[in-house]
Amino acid sequence: MIPIEVSSLKKYYGEIKAVDGISFTVNEGEVFGLLGPNGAGKTTAIEIMEGLRERDAGDVRVLGLDPWKHGYELHKKVGVMAQGFTFFEEANPREAIKYYADLFNVKVDPDDILSEVLLEDSAKNLFKNLSGGQKQKMGLALSLVNSPELLFLDEPTTGLDPSARRAIWDVIRGLRAKGKTIILTTHYLEEAEQLSDRVAIMNYGQIVAMGTSDEIIQKHGSPERLEIQGTEKLAKYIKANTELKVDYNSKGMISVALNGRIDALAALAAAEQSGLEWGEIRTRRDSLEDVFVHLVSGTIDEHGEIKTAENASNRRSR
Amino acid sequence: MASGKRLISDLRLFGRGYLRNVAGLFFGLIFPVILILIFGAIFSGNNTGEVTVYVQNQDTSVPDISGNFIEALNSTSILNVQSVDASENFTKYLADHSSQDGIIIPANFSLNYAMEQPVNVTVYGNPTQSTNGIILGVVNGVTNFFNLNRYGGSQIIGITTGTIGYESPKYVDFLIPGLIGFSILVSPMFSMVNISAEYKKNKLFKQLSLTPLTKFEWLASKVLFYILLSVVSFLLMVAVGIFVFDANITLTVWLIPFFILGPMLFCSLGMLVGTITKSVETASVLGNIITFPMMFLSGTFFPISMMPDYLRSVAHVLPLFYIVEGLNNVMVFGNIEAALVDIAVTAVLAIIIFVAAAKLFKWRED
Repeated sequence: MIPIEVSSLKKYYGEIKAVDGISFTVNEGEVFGLLGPNGAGKTTAIEIMEGLRERDAGDVRVLGLDPWKHGYELHKKVGVMAQGFTFFEEANPREAIKYYADLFNVKVDPDDILSEVLLEDSAKNLFKNLSGGQKQKMGLALSLVNSPELLFLDEPTTGLDPSARRAIWDVIRGLRAKGKTIILTTHYLEEAEQLSDRVAIMNYGQIVAMGTSDEIIQKHGSPERLEIQGTEKLAKYIKANTELKVDYNSKGMISVALNGRIDALAALAAAEQSGLEWGEIRTRRDSLEDVFVHLVSGTIDEHGEIKTAENASNRRSR
Repeated sequence: MASGKRLISDLRLFGRGYLRNVAGLFFGLIFPVILILIFGAIFSGNNTGEVTVYVQNQDTSVPDISGNFIEALNSTSILNVQSVDASENFTKYLADHSSQDGIIIPANFSLNYAMEQPVNVTVYGNPTQSTNGIILGVVNGVTNFFNLNRYGGSQIIGITTGTIGYESPKYVDFLIPGLIGFSILVSPMFSMVNISAEYKKNKLFKQLSLTPLTKFEWLASKVLFYILLSVVSFLLMVAVGIFVFDANITLTVWLIPFFILGPMLFCSLGMLVGTITKSVETASVLGNIITFPMMFLSGTFFPISMMPDYLRSVAHVLPLFYIVEGLNNVMVFGNIEAALVDIAVTAVLAIIIFVAAAKLFKWRED
């Protein structure tokens, strides 16, 4: 059975199209990342899949169930870590796990789960005294109590410092290694790239790109480029003497779009022929980040807000 | 289906959290005890209950009837008579002693009495003060006695005193039902207003909606917790009442319905307040608007018989009124029949509000 099937899903809040017709499937054992800036509709989408929100249109099947109508059944089978996980302040992780075990009517060893999420050290610290990263780990721990095969992780590392973020990544990698199917949302590009088998980039409620990193780059990135350190004069020379598309940026980098390897030879031959000075050469492909910047017209800052391309430093040669 | 295991597990987690929270513990258990200590001390200390009144005797005539009159006032054990020298300016003297209560025996009082000539004693007082009525009553009584005596009459109708209920109740006995009602109201109500608004804001309800726990089980577990808390708080108050104030408290099974229905009613009401409001702040304002009038107008600290008619009508629509009235019926008057009416009213209210709260509050959003 395909764990998650979403087709033409829509959710509007008045004029705001929070989710505007998205379709995708998540396969068994796969880590699927929903990547996008704040307000892209990631959380609305994942909460509809979790059965926490009702959809306006489209179809959603999670483990074969309609998550809104059969939420109660579904929640017994899936694990969910909601965005900004909170718990009762005066409870510690061990008690919380026992509580969940009672609610789900399962027998678990709290220590097993605590070690799985790397939280053994804080087993007896009250929730209110845990650090941000420890709280998120506790959220992960609770999502594992009912031994779900499918996990929803909504912004699992938002607001954490880099080392806490990497600790959470380790936990998620461990879960992936156990074959769990995971869908996660994030506005951290690196997180999506590091953890996901496939990524869907969301913007304004729509999926603007989907696939593995390579597939997305292949499809949406510009072709491979040859970059030559040199003067504007050299750039003009190459452009005049070849049929190639040549750009020059203020940092002294000549960028030549390559439609095949042979184009590189032509460009270099022209450079040599010019008799002008030229320095370092390299070929370069778009990274996922380059594609992302292109697709959402900006980069995303630490807090998930878009910085427009004009503000962003010249990450991408044009 | 409701599951006892889930309910108990939720109760355990919530109770443990509650006990770890000093503020909750204070308001739930210690505060009612402090109240009973304070009110008990105020009303049943070593106060003789006498009203102090200043008396200026301007009479120097013989026989010394005025002296006997003052002696009679003093011997009622209601008034504590303080003599003021005849040379003082009486009203100034009263003001200097921060008192509004005074009696002047006029010159030639004894002579006029002996001659059967009408003569007036003057009573100063502030009609808004209860002491004024007490003094007027006593002076009236003593005056009647002296008038009667003058013509050789004797008293035919006498008075013996008594109080209603079991063996000679003390003030604290009357106080305890009100304070129990108070603690049944305050602790669940304030906690639940806060919890419902706070959990909504922190998305804890959303968190719980992802588990098999149902809204009904969750609310029932809170009700159960506050029932237990009310019983413990009741036992503490009773212990303090008995050991500190030597109160007479009747422990009967008829108290049980109030300890079940009261917390159920006010937990649910608090939940409802938190549910229909949009923020923690408005929830707390609405909670206070409902709680404070109810706290004072339901006969908790003052009997409602002291209140004007329109306030009494208000009291009759306050749920707490029926709980306090019922507790009084059970604990003070032993009037179970009347208490059954209070229990019935409370039960209907509790069930309606509980169901409304459980239906209306939302685990998840639309």
